[in-house]
Amino acid sequence: MFDISLYFIFLLGLSSYYIGKNRAKKNINLITETGGLESHYGMYLVIWTILPAFIFYLIWSVISNYLIKEATLGSIPNDLLPNNLSMQKLFLDSIIVVAKGGSSLSKVPEISVAFYQNFAFYSTLGKSISTISISLISFFIFYKKIDSNVRAKNFLERIILVFLFISSIIAIMTTVGIILSLIVETTKFFQDVTIFEYFFGLLWSPQMALREGQVAAEGSFGAVPVFAGTFLITIIAMALAGPVGLFSAIYLSEYASKNTRKIVKPTIEVLAGVPTVVYGFFAALVVGPFIRRTSESFGLASSSESALAAGLVMGIMIIPFISSLSDDVINSVPQSLREASFGVGATKSETIKKVIIPAALPGIVAAFMLAISRAIGETMIVVMAAGLSAKLTANPLDSVTTVTVQIVTLLVGDHEFDSTKTMAAFALGMTLFAITLILNIYAIRVVKKYREKYD
Amino acid sequence: MIKEQTKLDIDNVDVFYGKKQAIFNVDLEIKKNQVTAFIGPSGCGKSTLLRCFNRMNDLIDICKVSGSILLDSVNILDKKLDLVRLRTKVGMVFQKPNPFPKSIYDNVAYGPKIHGLCEDISELDEVVEKSLKSAGLWNEVKDRLNEPGTGISGGQQQRLCIARAIATNPDVILMDEPCSALDPIATARVEELMQELKKNYTIIVVTHNMQQAARVSEKTAFFHLGHLIEFGNTEEIFTSPNEIKTQDYITGRFG
Repeated sequence: MFDISLYFIFLLGLSSYYIGKNRAKKNINLITETGGLESHYGMYLVIWTILPAFIFYLIWSVISNYLIKEATLGSIPNDLLPNNLSMQKLFLDSIIVVAKGGSSLSKVPEISVAFYQNFAFYSTLGKSISTISISLISFFIFYKKIDSNVRAKNFLERIILVFLFISSIIAIMTTVGIILSLIVETTKFFQDVTIFEYFFGLLWSPQMALREGQVAAEGSFGAVPVFAGTFLITIIAMALAGPVGLFSAIYLSEYASKNTRKIVKPTIEVLAGVPTVVYGFFAALVVGPFIRRTSESFGLASSSESALAAGLVMGIMIIPFISSLSDDVINSVPQSLREASFGVGATKSETIKKVIIPAALPGIVAAFMLAISRAIGETMIVVMAAGLSAKLTANPLDSVTTVTVQIVTLLVGDHEFDSTKTMAAFALGMTLFAITLILNIYAIRVVKKYREKYD
Repeated sequence: MIKEQTKLDIDNVDVFYGKKQAIFNVDLEIKKNQVTAFIGPSGCGKSTLLRCFNRMNDLIDICKVSGSILLDSVNILDKKLDLVRLRTKVGMVFQKPNPFPKSIYDNVAYGPKIHGLCEDISELDEVVEKSLKSAGLWNEVKDRLNEPGTGISGGQQQRLCIARAIATNPDVILMDEPCSALDPIATARVEELMQELKKNYTIIVVTHNMQQAARVSEKTAFFHLGHLIEFGNTEEIFTSPNEIKTQDYITGRFG
């Protein structure tokens, strides 16, 4: 139930802006002495009217939600109470459903339902009344305060600081949370599988018995072939995207006329907007079969799902990352360096090779690293085009599997969330995360090193 | 006194940026082993004309140059001219020091390397040393030739750029307001250097600083709105100019 008290404090807050402003307007001294604006006092009053009451509302909601469950559980007659903890929880849930006007299959005690409804009613009533009173009280206190030389401007600065700080904390905490959950699940995985087997084992076949009595092989979790597949596809992708991206960036920034650039650059950037699913079926349905036919005509054994197909299409996908970023950094090399080079009689290509590329190197390296991270983490294309079997091979015509594909196959479908198989996905995810993190840190260091040297 | 030889003969030169004419029908003779100064208010076309001498204006698509400029009786405005040859013969120093983001050594060696002027490393070393000595920088940087050229002071950077221009052994050095980004002491050093350099090179310098023009040059050309107003010996231009505009400018009445 969304409370009327929230509407009330919102409306009171809205009007308090004008009230605070008017109050400040009547008190000319205040404005001249504190150097604030009338609107600062409006905002000052708004914040004091809404914020304390709202925080109180949230705290009450959380606490009462906890209390109501405990109390309702206590109200259930002893003979009806299940002895299993998770069953108790289910029972409580159905009581709550009934209390809110729904229906439940299991029979629930009337007394508890009534208890819940009573508790909820009084809790909401108390919450609304106290929220509104807090809002009103603090409105009046701070309305009075506007008279007494309060520096609303500084207060607002502090509020903004707190707001910005909280925003960044949310971002950081999310990252930390994800990493922690990865670490926890990964440690669970390594209780079942040794670190040695995972990092050095050459056999990856995670399909193990889901139920007792089912016929399946013992799971095997050697991650080497999976990572080998990822690296093979990444290398193929970079072998295509690296030169093509860099050369088109050089063409665009150094040779192309303004008009050509105006058309070509956005066109290349369209590639970045194509959904990866589309790349995926392009790889699976067009490029894969084409490569198979071509290689068969040369008498080479091949399958429709090949590392080459996935790698090439992935390469096309990451071209815009490299070309667009490199183009930006090449463009930002100062014109004076070009003139200096031409001034001693260098040709255009000499200038590009010896002056512009070295000067733009940090940015170009950063672009490449970003592209590699993208390629390693890319999922959809490889799911569709690369294959599922984990083979340890360097033959690009063979089908390989990648880390991301394995994570998808491990987690899609029905299975228990505490099986080794599921944990394996977390271990793979953790490793992948570690690799991209190391790549990024390395890229930042390369960039720093050269920037000091070249700026 | 040795007879003055003509190094650059500028004849009937017009420059257009798109439809806008920036230089009108300029005739000028630059003498060998002298410093010639181009002065005039901002936007008068002096830099534009300077950049015709090594065809730097070619970099700007909309810029068109007509007329003839003879460098040792070769027309350098000829479409078929080899720009690489021209720019090794006509070096340039820019307004802001613009050393490459390379070591001091590589900055100077850049020109000789790309033109293959040196047979081996020891010869290249010699050229670098000679150029840095001519630019009066050798004693300051000889122990740190491998440090980045961007790490030295502004005045040193500008002399490094002069050394870089000298390294390809040019005949003419163009200087586009070479001291405008430098402090007075660094400026004095560059001015001294110009007096040294003119023994071997012909120097053309664009400057906003009239005292500088008076101090360093033998000949001065005064430009206004794309026209060459007056050209002659520096002494005469600054003491008894023929044109009212020249007089107004050098006495600070406009510009």
